[in-house]
Amino acid sequence: MRSKDLRTVLMAAALQPAEDDPVAVAEQRARIDAIIAEHAPKAGSTMLILNEIQSQIGHVSKPMQNYIAEKLRIPLKDVFGVITFYSFFTMKPRGKHRVAFCLGTACYVSGAEMLIEKAQQLLGVKLGETTPDRKFTIEPCRCLGACSQAPAIIVDDNVHGRNTPDRVVTVLRKYERV
Amino acid sequence: MPDEFYRSHILLCQDPECLAKGANDIEEALLRELDAHGLRDEVNLLETSRLGHCHTGPEIVVYPEGVTYINLTPAAVTEIVNEHLLKGRVAKKYLFTGEARKDEELRAPTAKEIRIIMARCGVIDPENIEDYIADDGYAALAKALLQMTPRQVIDQVLQSGLRGRGGAGFPTGKKWEFAAAQKSDVKYIICNADEGDPGAFMNRRVLEGDPHSVLEGMIIAGYAFGAHQGYIYCRAEYPIAVRTLKIALRQAREFGFFGKNILGTGFDFDVELRIGAGAFVCGEETALMASIEGRRGEPRPRPPFPAVAGLWGKPTIINNVETLANVPNIIRHGAAWFAQIGTEKTKGTKTFTLAGDVVRTGLIEVPLGITLREVVFDVAGGIKDGKGFKAIQTGGPMGGCIPEHLLDTPLDYENLGALGSIMGSGGLVVMDDTTCMVDIARFFMDFIQDESCGKCVPCRIGTRRILEILQRICAGDGEEGDIEQLERLSKYILAGSLCGLGQGAPNPILTTIKHFRAEYEAHIKEKRCPAKVCKGLITYRILDTCPGCMVCARNCPSKAITGEKQKVHVINTDLCERCGICMTVCKFDTIVVE
Repeated sequence: MRSKDLRTVLMAAALQPAEDDPVAVAEQRARIDAIIAEHAPKAGSTMLILNEIQSQIGHVSKPMQNYIAEKLRIPLKDVFGVITFYSFFTMKPRGKHRVAFCLGTACYVSGAEMLIEKAQQLLGVKLGETTPDRKFTIEPCRCLGACSQAPAIIVDDNVHGRNTPDRVVTVLRKYERV
Repeated sequence: MPDEFYRSHILLCQDPECLAKGANDIEEALLRELDAHGLRDEVNLLETSRLGHCHTGPEIVVYPEGVTYINLTPAAVTEIVNEHLLKGRVAKKYLFTGEARKDEELRAPTAKEIRIIMARCGVIDPENIEDYIADDGYAALAKALLQMTPRQVIDQVLQSGLRGRGGAGFPTGKKWEFAAAQKSDVKYIICNADEGDPGAFMNRRVLEGDPHSVLEGMIIAGYAFGAHQGYIYCRAEYPIAVRTLKIALRQAREFGFFGKNILGTGFDFDVELRIGAGAFVCGEETALMASIEGRRGEPRPRPPFPAVAGLWGKPTIINNVETLANVPNIIRHGAAWFAQIGTEKTKGTKTFTLAGDVVRTGLIEVPLGITLREVVFDVAGGIKDGKGFKAIQTGGPMGGCIPEHLLDTPLDYENLGALGSIMGSGGLVVMDDTTCMVDIARFFMDFIQDESCGKCVPCRIGTRRILEILQRICAGDGEEGDIEQLERLSKYILAGSLCGLGQGAPNPILTTIKHFRAEYEAHIKEKRCPAKVCKGLITYRILDTCPGCMVCARNCPSKAITGEKQKVHVINTDLCERCGICMTVCKFDTIVVE
């Protein structure tokens, strides 16, 4: 085995399950290739490509970053740097539903923290974590601009306003079934 | 479509909340029922933004009667089509009988408001370019391209006195003049729609309600200083705005307002939409350009200013959404018309979002120069629940808190600057007397240190240190000298940061220390939070009048409440996390904070 191959294998084994490696999974590779082919001709394409991959696949794992950097012929640091800079990118898969609690000023003063406490209690995970069944990821987020409905949460792309701790439970139960 | 006549129009609310409750199913059901009864030619179905009763959504409004139906299900739709549209009777079962239609974000204007930017929001269908054109849309573009030279366009904007609405207030005409003077084949115009200030959503509403006014402003700007390519950088937290913009762009392109040879004048212009990825600092212009280029959104030193060397090293103008939305009005009505509104140095109107403890929260548009007191007490209706006014925070997280005795300050760039605050993009947060100013300062610093990009050391490390001190004070471990240390750190951050984020970071600290020093001292010296907010300095207690309903005990996340049915409950203060949930669920008001 050549040393480069050995390194790849060791890295993949140590860091990520094989399912996250586009070199190993043809289906994922095809998806990433298609995204790159569509956006690469545009100026400043790195963000566009990563945005697409994040929303289609759900995360950008380290092997994926390697693959993208090689495909775009840019240093890995330019991919990794972007991913760690922007809060929308994740390197681990998120849960099926992303539940984000708005921590804008209006939501904060109208009790966003109580909602978070309740959700943590209900799901048994802390903010920023994913439930073991991969149903929910809960995280804080920046102002959703839904201040007149404070405190607001966003589940996937849907904003739910005027929450109370009880209402959060109702909302989460609804998504649990889908 | 203007040529067609419909006997009824159905407006279907498509705001996020209604969509979550199944507005799409309602739309399918409506179309199915209309088809089944052969009514598609007689009844027009329009998708609209928020109608106002979304908590009881999905909802529709049927015109010409103006009847609102709520709590809809596909079965209800069948009934409504049968009753209302076929038999002409109101279907009472789903009728909304409460107060008349209420848009909680954008209400009917009060006496002191002037609607220019927001004039079309909620009035036209934002997803139909013909609505915009029918309301004199793109008339300014035609006037500029066909009757004016680029120089004349710039002169009009200069004379109007329009200043950047993103917060810094730089004269827009001057900016365009700089860019026009640059010799370069390629220039760019960027619309900054990365509205990140918590509590501010003016730009979102304009993009969702009147997207073409922004697009029209961009084309005129491009014509004025010679750009043929524009970018809109919109934040990813606004999915509806992104969707509306995409539709608007497609329609404008179909109508020939974008592309080659616009209106037969030989002027080419196109726009591309770029979506952010959740980084507040990208609202700063040099960081925004880095982000469009596909890099980390880190600001860089200026000069060179973007007007000289911006996106990909080419002359670039970055204008805020609201600035651009003002441009068509200025061109159409003339600079003199615009300049008659506002004060000597600050012309026109400004949109603000009012959030916090006032009676009427939401969007307002007021002439610049109006006093803060007029905004809080006349436009917003004063403090809600009969509480007292404590402070108003202007300009988002980098703004300052302004106390009652300065409320007669006129709202403009210079006056707010003199108070240690900023105009910012237009977020106004009003706080009543139950707000702890130290906690608010901690909240803003938490935001700022998290969003600091980390390039400048004073901002990266200084804001973290400030946050730690504030956390300590709020936890009851404040020490003598903390206030002085905060002031010292603030000074260094201000002096040593490249961009507006770092330079503005100390504002909330310095203004709260200046105006509410006694509160800091109460926290530090007396270990007391006067507003009873800071968790480390308060305890929850259940009064002897507790009827023992057990609701609080069931809801307590940390299982700190014990007690038997129909007996007074007790909170174990060692276990209590002071989240306050018990107090909100108690129906008998027997839980108090001390």
